[in-house]
Amino acid sequence: MPTPVSSSSRFQLPSGLKLMNAALGGWTVLVFAFLYLPIAVLVIYSFNTSRLNIVWEGFTFDWYARVWQDTRLMRALQNSLIVATVTTTASVVIGTVGAWLLHRYRYRFSHAIQTLIAVPMIMPEIVMGISLLIFFTTLSVELGFFTVIVAHTTFCFPFVLVAVQARLHGLDPSLEEAALDLGATPIRAFWLVIVPCLKPAILSGGLMAFTLSMDELIVTFFTSSAQSATLPLLVFGMAKVGLNPMLNALSALFILATVAFVLFTEHLRRMSRR
Amino acid sequence: MQALAIPDAENLHARRPRLWGWVLLAPLVAWLVAFVVVPMVILFGYSFCTRDDLGRVVFSFTLENYGRVFDPIYLRILGRSIGFAAVTTVLCVAIGYPVAWYIARQPERIRDKLLLLVMIPFWTSFLIRTYAWIAILKNEGLLNGMLQYVGLISAPLPLLYTPAAVLIGLVYAYLPFMILPIYGSAEKLDNALVEAAHDLGAGPMRAFSEVIIPLTWPGITAGMLLVFVPAIGMFAITDLMGGAQVPMIGNVIQNQFFRARNAPFGAALGVVFTLMFVLAYALVHRRASRTR
Repeated sequence: MPTPVSSSSRFQLPSGLKLMNAALGGWTVLVFAFLYLPIAVLVIYSFNTSRLNIVWEGFTFDWYARVWQDTRLMRALQNSLIVATVTTTASVVIGTVGAWLLHRYRYRFSHAIQTLIAVPMIMPEIVMGISLLIFFTTLSVELGFFTVIVAHTTFCFPFVLVAVQARLHGLDPSLEEAALDLGATPIRAFWLVIVPCLKPAILSGGLMAFTLSMDELIVTFFTSSAQSATLPLLVFGMAKVGLNPMLNALSALFILATVAFVLFTEHLRRMSRR
Repeated sequence: MQALAIPDAENLHARRPRLWGWVLLAPLVAWLVAFVVVPMVILFGYSFCTRDDLGRVVFSFTLENYGRVFDPIYLRILGRSIGFAAVTTVLCVAIGYPVAWYIARQPERIRDKLLLLVMIPFWTSFLIRTYAWIAILKNEGLLNGMLQYVGLISAPLPLLYTPAAVLIGLVYAYLPFMILPIYGSAEKLDNALVEAAHDLGAGPMRAFSEVIIPLTWPGITAGMLLVFVPAIGMFAITDLMGGAQVPMIGNVIQNQFFRARNAPFGAALGVVFTLMFVLAYALVHRRASRTR
């Protein structure tokens, strides 16, 4: 019986736990330092006059101005924005309607469809990239904006669908019934009653799709042409060559956008919890 | 990504669809069949084809491509990819578990703030986060500069383009993907269970191995899948951090489609990779359903 041990250790337990907790806290601080130091270095150096990066020579906004003036970067940014905007719009429509249908109706193959929807979310990106590349070449579809947008929508809309589905789960079913009883057609009930209730989920799902599309490298690598190359592709090419102060500035802007995105999503989450 | 657990659409008010229900769902199903199922089937078909001297695909039935996968050169690369992915996964669990646990045990206000600090790197492009390490590790980089300034070394150490750099890049990129699912399990864990283990005389080690680990196991396995599977096929991080020194299976697959122009062999590698991925999922799910 371990009784004597437990009674004696009960007195030591609090101090032991406190020590443990302090150690865990210290470890957490170290890990956060590991996660954030490289990002901080990048942001700091984006303001450095020096081309060589490691010596601090002075403060400048010059690199940011150069990003703005660089036609190649701006072209790639424009491509990324076009792809992400179309992808997000398509994903929101397919995802929201799909989530609603799968929630409202019990299809014969609901389970299989649900599994199929999960596949693009978890499938290795490189397999998705090469299978789509072969698919498009087999059909002699020329690689370009169309192929990139199709590829991006394929892995983005399931995220919207799942986000909306989670929200539908907590929705009162009598809402739609009331609308139908009052004479609304199912489509009107969906548009006027259900969609407004789903707004936070649609918004956060859409933001997720936009961010995923803006950041995607691997699938885009296989499905884009030189004309439709997105920003991550250009950044990948530049980073392979080595350091580039313009890239530091661009990265800092991306990090800023990501922080804004995370804070906004968190805000949405809190709003919907209330 | 984090949406591994899809809510089961068990809506008691759901009815059988009539014509419109099917018509509206058709585009979604058609999309998935056209751009997920059919490409995978074609990929599978390609893996049995050959190519001519110009790199064009010739339709035939050969197992030659699969034979080549077992060529010692490629087996070594495959083994290395799995090895790096496995070490990355283990390091991510070891580094991330205490963090996830600590965050989950905080009062709600602090917890939300700490969670935000994990979400930011989670959503920041891995490309940018990998690029940040180049500035630190390269010969004229921050780390070599600091070591030289302190006087520990006289000439820069070759840190970038080494296996260690690849490992740092992988762990750095995937760590948030491990912390979040483990946090998800740890947060749900009832503190009373841990206290009960203590009260029943279990030491901290025993409480950890027999109560805490089993109860957070779903989070650990979800994190392992989120890290291990993409890490095997990742070629961008290995390219940037390893240069051409440490080719992985992802680099080989990518090369078949562009430089080597051997799509059938690339397809065979892709099929083998997919099978490994399916196997990993099946294993984890079987374990998960058995413990349930």
